[in-house]
Amino acid sequence: MLTVADLHVKYGNIEALHGISLSVEEGEIVALLGANGAGKSTTLMSIMRLAPPEGPVVTKGAISYNGADLLPIPAHNVIAKHGIGLVPEGRHIFGNLTVFENLKLATFARNDKERIGQDYERVFSLFPRLADRRTQRGDLLSGGEQQMLAIGRAFMSGVKFILLDEPSMGLSPLLMLELFRVLKSINESGTTIMVVEQNARLALQYANRAYVLEAGKIVLEGKAEDLATNPEIRRAYLG
Amino acid sequence: MFLETFLQNLLNALQWGSFYALIALGYTMVYGVLLLINFAHGDIFMVGAYVAFFIATLLLGQYSSPFLPPVLVFAITVVATMVITSGVGVAIERIAYRPLRRKGASRLYVVITALMCGLILENGNLALLGASRRNFPEMLSKTAYNIGGVNFTNVKLLVILTTIAVFILLETIVRKTRLGMAMRAISYDRMAVPLMGIPVDTVIVFTFILGSSMAALAGVLFATAYPVLEPYMGALVGWKAFIAAVLGGIGEIRGAFAGGFLLGFIEIFVAALFPSTLRDLIAFSILLVFLSIKPTGIFGVSRATKI
Repeated sequence: MLTVADLHVKYGNIEALHGISLSVEEGEIVALLGANGAGKSTTLMSIMRLAPPEGPVVTKGAISYNGADLLPIPAHNVIAKHGIGLVPEGRHIFGNLTVFENLKLATFARNDKERIGQDYERVFSLFPRLADRRTQRGDLLSGGEQQMLAIGRAFMSGVKFILLDEPSMGLSPLLMLELFRVLKSINESGTTIMVVEQNARLALQYANRAYVLEAGKIVLEGKAEDLATNPEIRRAYLG
Repeated sequence: MFLETFLQNLLNALQWGSFYALIALGYTMVYGVLLLINFAHGDIFMVGAYVAFFIATLLLGQYSSPFLPPVLVFAITVVATMVITSGVGVAIERIAYRPLRRKGASRLYVVITALMCGLILENGNLALLGASRRNFPEMLSKTAYNIGGVNFTNVKLLVILTTIAVFILLETIVRKTRLGMAMRAISYDRMAVPLMGIPVDTVIVFTFILGSSMAALAGVLFATAYPVLEPYMGALVGWKAFIAAVLGGIGEIRGAFAGGFLLGFIEIFVAALFPSTLRDLIAFSILLVFLSIKPTGIFGVSRATKI
């Protein structure tokens, strides 16, 4: 479904990815692991086609999704026309809008009123906390609630494929587990997921496959259960 | 007697503040969306007044028709002026601001560009139409009323009521529609807006359309109330409207109205109590003190983002 081939990107004059290749098949959960600064977020930003200054500039390589070349597509159409969504690192909730307005805004490009109604119900049943707080401003939510809202927003944008950047950051161990359970349930109802995660143990537990990035290159890839027992991974990421 | 004078001044202040409020809107909305102080905006007000001048002159002269009573001419002039002037505002955004934004230029350069755009509009007008003042044609015959010793005209009422209607309309757009929500969202977190599937440029163009059309509306109303036009008419009014926007809390629509009316009140009441040459000196001294006490303006809040 998603194919990234020999991708080189740079921020300003600094090359951040030195030719990475990866693929994601429909229905999968794929984890992207690696240390800080390895290029995980950069990979997601590149796929989303976010413009500079947030996004990098692609200098070489290709990104294609269901046969379409994503490189010339602006970010808003990657979401609206191609159906890939991103839950960004740090959540980026609109703090001056209410919970419901945050969700409604994500339906900006959609016209399928009925499906939108069903999706609201789905989000509120996955995250009952959001239903309780629907008229509250986004900046008054706790970190965990903001993460739920960020995922709910991606869901409301009607995408088939969600990229998540460090979703468990700042969450308690209990909330982390809850979060991955929700991701699994979203996945089982037909959404493909690619997740960047610091907590490699948790990610490998839920993912089908994983890639390990190091200094802008992919150094390891494979099935999640194989990687979880790989001695190199165990030493570097599983402690 | 005292009450009458007070009510009279109140009414004048409401009208005077209406012009500031309508122009301040454009400053505040563009700032909210782009964090750009669009210094060309005062001159958009001037462009609006001139566009209205030409449309009204044509409709009353060359293209006059018995089927076009003056009230209809006025209505057509208002609508056409708002449309054409929005075009000018959007064109400035396209030609001057967007290329800089694409290149990631620092905001300082964009503000300087805005100042230059304003000067180009003023001097373009001067080059094209000359320095002579123009008399704005009278479309609405002025009727004066007197109720309990307070004098007012139909134009004054029109200005005030229109401004209140605009306030309600804009608040509704910004609170209820998805484009309005997108405007608020951009002002909080620009990076996340495209991630909602929203084309940021569309929201920016929409903002310029709203701001410029309100400045155009102010231009028509101002020219109807004070029918003398000159190329620099937007400069001082624009500066003052910008001050009104800051006073109300820049980025806030209700702030633009509150600031506009507050500035109108201060100016009118200072002029009522002191010699009129001291008006701006005293008025702006008061505002200086106000801002030093509350630098964020009436409705502005200093922002704290959660990580």
